[in-house]
Amino acid sequence: MKDYLVLRVIAKLMIAFMLLFALYVQFHGDFGPGGGFQAGVIAAAAIIFYAIIYGLPAARAVVPDRLVETMVAAGVLLYAGVGVAGLLLGGNYLDYFVLARDPVDGQHRGIFWVEMGVLITVAGVMLKIFYLFAGREEDEG
Amino acid sequence: MIIVALLVMMAITTVVIALRRNLLAVVILAGIYSFLMATVLVALDAVDVAMTEAAVGAGISTVLFLGALHLGGGEEMQPLHKPFLPLMVAVATGAVLVYGTLGLPAFSDAGAPIHQHVAPRYVQEGLRETGVPNIVTAVLASYRGYDTLGETTVVFTAGIGVIVLLRRLRRRKREGKP
Repeated sequence: MKDYLVLRVIAKLMIAFMLLFALYVQFHGDFGPGGGFQAGVIAAAAIIFYAIIYGLPAARAVVPDRLVETMVAAGVLLYAGVGVAGLLLGGNYLDYFVLARDPVDGQHRGIFWVEMGVLITVAGVMLKIFYLFAGREEDEG
Repeated sequence: MIIVALLVMMAITTVVIALRRNLLAVVILAGIYSFLMATVLVALDAVDVAMTEAAVGAGISTVLFLGALHLGGGEEMQPLHKPFLPLMVAVATGAVLVYGTLGLPAFSDAGAPIHQHVAPRYVQEGLRETGVPNIVTAVLASYRGYDTLGETTVVFTAGIGVIVLLRRLRRRKREGKP
């Protein structure tokens, strides 16, 4: 769909807002609906939208395969790392109360990093699956 | 009322999906079904789930289905067998499930067992203990942190599975070429 001028312009306008909405859903998840999973899916959808309009090579240039594959593992490691941080600070695994001096601040900090881990893994997996499906044809040709 | 209307529309969509042989139409109808489901979830005040349904069910899976159609062709094969045995199995399973719902507590019954176990503590103490006004986030990320770690691992495993399957195909093809 590279030749459709209207689609290209509208996509360019919308993708910025989609990514911004993903960030809003992520960081406002403590107060409104949303969280890491939703934000990750929305961010991945924005990149997939970009790939549909501008072609897979363009999307792979923006978000390379290597980065996506790193994200798949990095999110889980970050999540599990928050648990280990709790252990090192003298609490239980995934105990957020010890992450800051004030227990409520510790909860905020723990939830923030855990949700970040979910976002990274979910966005990475969604993008990777899309890249593999959409890239099948090129490899066969 | 609006939920009943939406559920009727979802039922109609399902029947049309079952009858259609053109897979492009089926994919689009499945996307419509997901949007209807997301609307039902909004009407039930489960906005978090609705967001996921709209983004994954209607968005990303539709794109993946379209990609699969592009690779595999757009017409469904004529069924090889008579549909009566699968139909009977489906009807029997549905009847058992409906029978099961008769034993459930009424919808939004505050005295139901699920609202008596740990839920009152989350609702009453959640804000004080975690400082997070959205109880869904507090439960998911803090109280049920282990479960969410497990879920993230499931997503990770699914991604790794797809990578392993599709990549191996690609490499074999490359080796096969001179």
